[in-house]
Amino acid sequence: MTTTPQALPDRATVRPGSAGARSRRPWFTYRRRDQLAGYLFVAPQLLGIVAFVLVPLGLIGYYSMHEWNVLANTFTFVGADNVERLFTDPKLVPVLQATTVFSVGLVVGNLGLALGLAVLLNRSMRGITAFRAIFFSPVVVSLVAWTIVWGFLLQDDGGINGLLQLIGVEGPNWLREGPTAMASVIVVQIFKNVGLNMVLFLAALQGVPAELHEAARVDGANPRTIFGRITLPLISPTILLTVIITIVGSLQVFAQIAVLTQGGPGVSTTVLVYYLFQQAFEFHRFGYGSTLAILLFLIVLALTIVQWQLRRRWVFYEN
Amino acid sequence: MRSARSLTAAGMLAVSAFALTACAGAAPAQTEDIELRMTIWTSNEDHLALFDSIAEEYLADHPEVSSITFDPLPFEDYTTTVTTQIAGGNAPDLAWVLENAAPDFVASGALAPLDEVLEGTEGYEFDDISASAAELWTVDGELVAYPFSTSPFVMFANDDLLAQAGQPTSAELFADGWDWQEVSEVGASVNAATGKAGFVIRDFDYVTWDNLAAVWLGWGAKPWSEDGTQCEFDSPEMAEAFSFLHDAAFTKKSMPGPGTTADFFAGEAAFTVTQISRASLLEEAGFGWNLLPLPEGPAGEYSMVGQAGIGVLAQSPHAEAAADFLAFFSNPENSEKLAQYFPPPRESQLNAETLSAANPVLTEQQLEEVVVPAIGTGVVRPQHTDSAEVGQQVRAALDAMWTQDADVENVLADVCGAIEPLLEG
Repeated sequence: MTTTPQALPDRATVRPGSAGARSRRPWFTYRRRDQLAGYLFVAPQLLGIVAFVLVPLGLIGYYSMHEWNVLANTFTFVGADNVERLFTDPKLVPVLQATTVFSVGLVVGNLGLALGLAVLLNRSMRGITAFRAIFFSPVVVSLVAWTIVWGFLLQDDGGINGLLQLIGVEGPNWLREGPTAMASVIVVQIFKNVGLNMVLFLAALQGVPAELHEAARVDGANPRTIFGRITLPLISPTILLTVIITIVGSLQVFAQIAVLTQGGPGVSTTVLVYYLFQQAFEFHRFGYGSTLAILLFLIVLALTIVQWQLRRRWVFYEN
Repeated sequence: MRSARSLTAAGMLAVSAFALTACAGAAPAQTEDIELRMTIWTSNEDHLALFDSIAEEYLADHPEVSSITFDPLPFEDYTTTVTTQIAGGNAPDLAWVLENAAPDFVASGALAPLDEVLEGTEGYEFDDISASAAELWTVDGELVAYPFSTSPFVMFANDDLLAQAGQPTSAELFADGWDWQEVSEVGASVNAATGKAGFVIRDFDYVTWDNLAAVWLGWGAKPWSEDGTQCEFDSPEMAEAFSFLHDAAFTKKSMPGPGTTADFFAGEAAFTVTQISRASLLEEAGFGWNLLPLPEGPAGEYSMVGQAGIGVLAQSPHAEAAADFLAFFSNPENSEKLAQYFPPPRESQLNAETLSAANPVLTEQQLEEVVVPAIGTGVVRPQHTDSAEVGQQVRAALDAMWTQDADVENVLADVCGAIEPLLEG
């Protein structure tokens, strides 16, 4: 059975009366006032979205078809030249590789650690709240301050190598060697945000009905089977949410790269957003920078669509 | 109902107020209400107080200018920030320009010509500006930025640390023959004896590679040809200079390696190469120090200067007023005041007497023997059009140099491979 919403009667129009009464009908009716009030409530948000999302999006598309020399004050239409340049840019492949390594490392490391911590902290025992607060606290620390402190720790003569020396280990020059530089940036970012995903997982774990675990135990399931067959499927909507948030966040990483490595050594930690920044704001290629921004947008969009489609295969509660 | 009506009324009022404000903002600027803004990279309170005092003096005689603001921007991102301001339609009226950004600013037409205004200003003494100081800031024979600071790179030595390591004083080292090999040997001994650094190329930090020109010039090396079209990083002279640096960082340990910090002014290094303007940091130094010229290299004596210019942005709506203020800001009288912080480009002021009156930390002898000759003969730090991209490519390619087992010649060949398309373009 289908129903169609009935239009609300306008109180001003149903008032009995003659043609004369109709001509006196006020235009600014209750209904219109309510509508206007509603629009005014959402107006700040809408104006914000228009001014800071939609207009810039449109402008990015416009700029990507131009070459803008800021210093010479020239703005030249170049059509698809910037798109063609994407395919001939020798740096783009290593940049996309670095982006992929960072994203995969971050998603696997962050979600694995967050889930592990959530499982460990999902029990009632003395002081458990303090542990949860400790793991969550980096989330509320300023990102740049967090990164600068890690920068000091990761120096060749920094705190981490100092600790390693105490146990007789000669640590690498973390931020100056390609593989360790990327690993360092990933770890710094994991520790920064793992608390957020941990809290989400914790909430999801606490929503898993205890009687299901109990029933499984009665049926002879071991803890591993219970976790794999009952817990994981029941928290899969949260896993989907955290995967999407973490992947999108990983593609936007900027401050950590700018503070810790400036994209180096070589281009080993030059991820797409940092490369986009370099092209637009350091090399003053706003047109090509805009094209890279569109590429980033398409990558994020494609990944989100793929995950949304794949959710049907593994997310519980979903059709 | 009442609340809906109140809300509607409040919303309409807000919209009206916004519209009225927007209309007011769109009103044409009054010619009597010129507000000038100069972007700078210093936030030193003494510098700002001096600039403000010069500006106040100017404002007193120029009622058409209502205010002059000095806008300090972080040095690390200075050029990027100024360019972004220009792109955002918020160009400053005047801007300091670093020497490595000079070719882009000068060649693009971003800066307004200054000859007419400066020459036409009474008592300006335009011809007093040194031709060598003005060279970088001149296009088609026309000056487009006033080279307000020509600051030589020099060597500071910590005599207390040398004594602690059982080494001769810096004056004795200088008298025995002052060259890079000796500095590196002594630096290695200091590091071995005290654990502190030997010599530090200040602000290099294995990123700002152009500061290394203070070393490779001693080998007669240069990064590219005079016309900027040919890469010369792969020259034998450059290879020898980088072999020396690599050896100092990884074998002799006379120079701190990558990721290791040492601040000379905190007493953590025996020698440092830096600009003379850093001498002010020695006012509170708790150790005995000395000022020396850059050591000789295999190619003999040399010197290097860092430069900065002040230009009027061609896009400024008040370019004329800005140029007039620049003429006042840089006239002989104010140039002498500025000389206490920024070595001036005026030949009449490039003497130990003027500089010593303004530099209490340095003796007249030090200025006479080290600073004045270096300003006169110094090569300007490397610069090229598209400096940011060229610089980034060199930095990325040079990263391979800073590992223990680097192949110096191969790395330098890779540097050329990375920048040649840009140089040729």
